[in-house]
Amino acid sequence: MKIGIPRSLLYYYYYPLWRVFFEELGAEVVLSSHSAKGILAEGLKNAVDEVCLPVKMFYGHVLDLAGKADMIFLPRIVSVEKREYICPKILGLPDMIRCLKNLPPLIEVDINLYKNNKDFYCAIKNIGNIFTKNHLDIWRACLKALQVQKKYFKLMEMGLMPSEALALIEGRVEDKFLPDGEKFNIVLLGHPYNIYDPYISMDIIYRLRAMGAVVATAEHVSEKIVRSCAARLPKRLFWTLGNRMIGAALHYLEQPGISGMIHVAAFGCGPDSMTGGIIERYAHGSGLPFLNLTLDEHTGEAGVMTRLEAFLDMVRWRKAAFGS
Amino acid sequence: MRVTFPHMGNLFIPVKAMLQYLGVDVVVPPPSSKRTLTIGAKYGPEFACLPLKLNLGNFIEASEKGADTIIMAGGCGPCRFGYYAQIEHAILKELGYDMKLIGLEPPQKHLTELLAKIKALSGTSSWWHIFQAIRFGYRKAKAVDEVEMAAFRSRPRELTPGSTEKAYAKSLEMLDRADSEIALAEAKRNADELMSAVAVDSKKAVVKVGLIGEIYTLLDPFSNQYLERTLGRLGTEVDRSIYLSEWVNDHIFMGLVKGLRSRKKACEAARPYLRHFVGGHGQESVGNAVNFARAGYDGIIQVFPFTCMPEIVAESILPEMRSDYGTPVMTMIMDEHTGEAGTLTRLEAFVDLLARKKEVKEVSCK
Repeated sequence: MKIGIPRSLLYYYYYPLWRVFFEELGAEVVLSSHSAKGILAEGLKNAVDEVCLPVKMFYGHVLDLAGKADMIFLPRIVSVEKREYICPKILGLPDMIRCLKNLPPLIEVDINLYKNNKDFYCAIKNIGNIFTKNHLDIWRACLKALQVQKKYFKLMEMGLMPSEALALIEGRVEDKFLPDGEKFNIVLLGHPYNIYDPYISMDIIYRLRAMGAVVATAEHVSEKIVRSCAARLPKRLFWTLGNRMIGAALHYLEQPGISGMIHVAAFGCGPDSMTGGIIERYAHGSGLPFLNLTLDEHTGEAGVMTRLEAFLDMVRWRKAAFGS
Repeated sequence: MRVTFPHMGNLFIPVKAMLQYLGVDVVVPPPSSKRTLTIGAKYGPEFACLPLKLNLGNFIEASEKGADTIIMAGGCGPCRFGYYAQIEHAILKELGYDMKLIGLEPPQKHLTELLAKIKALSGTSSWWHIFQAIRFGYRKAKAVDEVEMAAFRSRPRELTPGSTEKAYAKSLEMLDRADSEIALAEAKRNADELMSAVAVDSKKAVVKVGLIGEIYTLLDPFSNQYLERTLGRLGTEVDRSIYLSEWVNDHIFMGLVKGLRSRKKACEAARPYLRHFVGGHGQESVGNAVNFARAGYDGIIQVFPFTCMPEIVAESILPEMRSDYGTPVMTMIMDEHTGEAGTLTRLEAFVDLLARKKEVKEVSCK
């Protein structure tokens, strides 16, 4: 059986887990094509105008899987941390996608760790039961998947981008030492499905690197540090991804050798409108150069490039004038 | 300590009543106006939703009137309202307004958490006194809602244009002035009399429209461009999916008062379309749309502030419900740029379509 996974939204966090789990259970995993103009165009046609860019992109990816897969994996990821959510749109995603016509059947399972972790195993069992009735096989697949997932997160903490970590796990590149961090470090913050999707972010990571910056993201900071930094807020945030961005921002603001911070937000994103403001306030307080980029389907590449270049020029001059 | 709180339609009447009953010095912010919105939009985060900007404007205007403490509700997500209080407080601090924030977080486990905060606020009051104050506030909310419903009924049918509006404003003022249970009962009687004294054409055929959507833009006439009043003037009888007293019963009393519409029922009705809660009133919106359609309403209007996440989910799903029931649905999105003329034109067109559809249906049934 071919299980389709849209290359969008939480794919950037949990793809290794999903892939290994399905493959261990004897299914074949099919990914949608890479984000591109055509995929986004399909999404724009089928989603309401008001949803944010990554969700429109997700619509496109799901439609891309029609005809390629026998089933589409579309879990309702309510919560992955105690007392936290992802975002309302991700909560309602399966219901929104169900309105689309001519799709293969969806694998809809609620993953809700809001109260406790027990529900996670329940969800795993429900998904596994589609393929086998043998509980032992399901657990074995689950354990192996979790192991790979752990490695994936670990690699990201070591400073790899998701695509690089994935390439390493899948054995597509050699395992070698990373070059040492240089002095020109730029922190790039944003939802993983925005900054790591090369089409949505206009390949911002590659471009920053090409301009000579070493790019650090929120995923490079360990969970423990993120949590302890985010705990400094007057009230705990209830968005897991927002917490990660704020925790990482506060962590990086205290690190020496950081030259600038870029926050990427999707137009109309609810959590970004709040967390972005908080991060900006802290960044201004510390005097670190800060750039806020808002992206939507109309964003012109040249405009974004100009702003990035101007920002990096400013950061370089500042560095030359004041030293590090 | 001079306490203020944000506006949300008629919310100020019961909240002020409750706080004054407890002996708290209350400063009601000036009614939301263009100035409020301008201030809020100037200092609020650009992509924050409209209610945050209006709240911020309310607080700044209240502070100009001498308020030094803010009471603000909280939440535990995933709707961003839960983080409003902290963001607003940080902005006020940055602007140099030194105001204390009292956040009333929703009771996660038990009502006592909330009660304890109210008790601390009122100082020395006894538990019995607090209970009485809350009951007084709730009764006021209920009275206000009933007057409002009466206005919904008489607005499209009034013989003298504007007479309902006058009676409604006067009734609210009477209810607001009542400072004890006895005075409230008296004011309610007078208000009922006043509302039923509005001359109406009871045989007039009116179009019925159900309003659903996000609570703030539903309850606050300023933020929704006086939607209900405009619809009434266009000869439309409206009903709303949320009333203040129902909300209080559902969320603060945990459904203690029986016999009111509850969110549970709405969520059940939403199940074929939206199976999980999505924060805010997203699921309720879908459910109430189904309920309105089943009850034979001619049309449904969904209102929400620009970028409101739960309502966008509902908006994506409503076409599905509409193709099942055939009830037209229109979505109106509010932000600080919404123009009055544009809103009016859309409403006129929508009501015309509904009236026409109704006429055709009636003729073909005969």
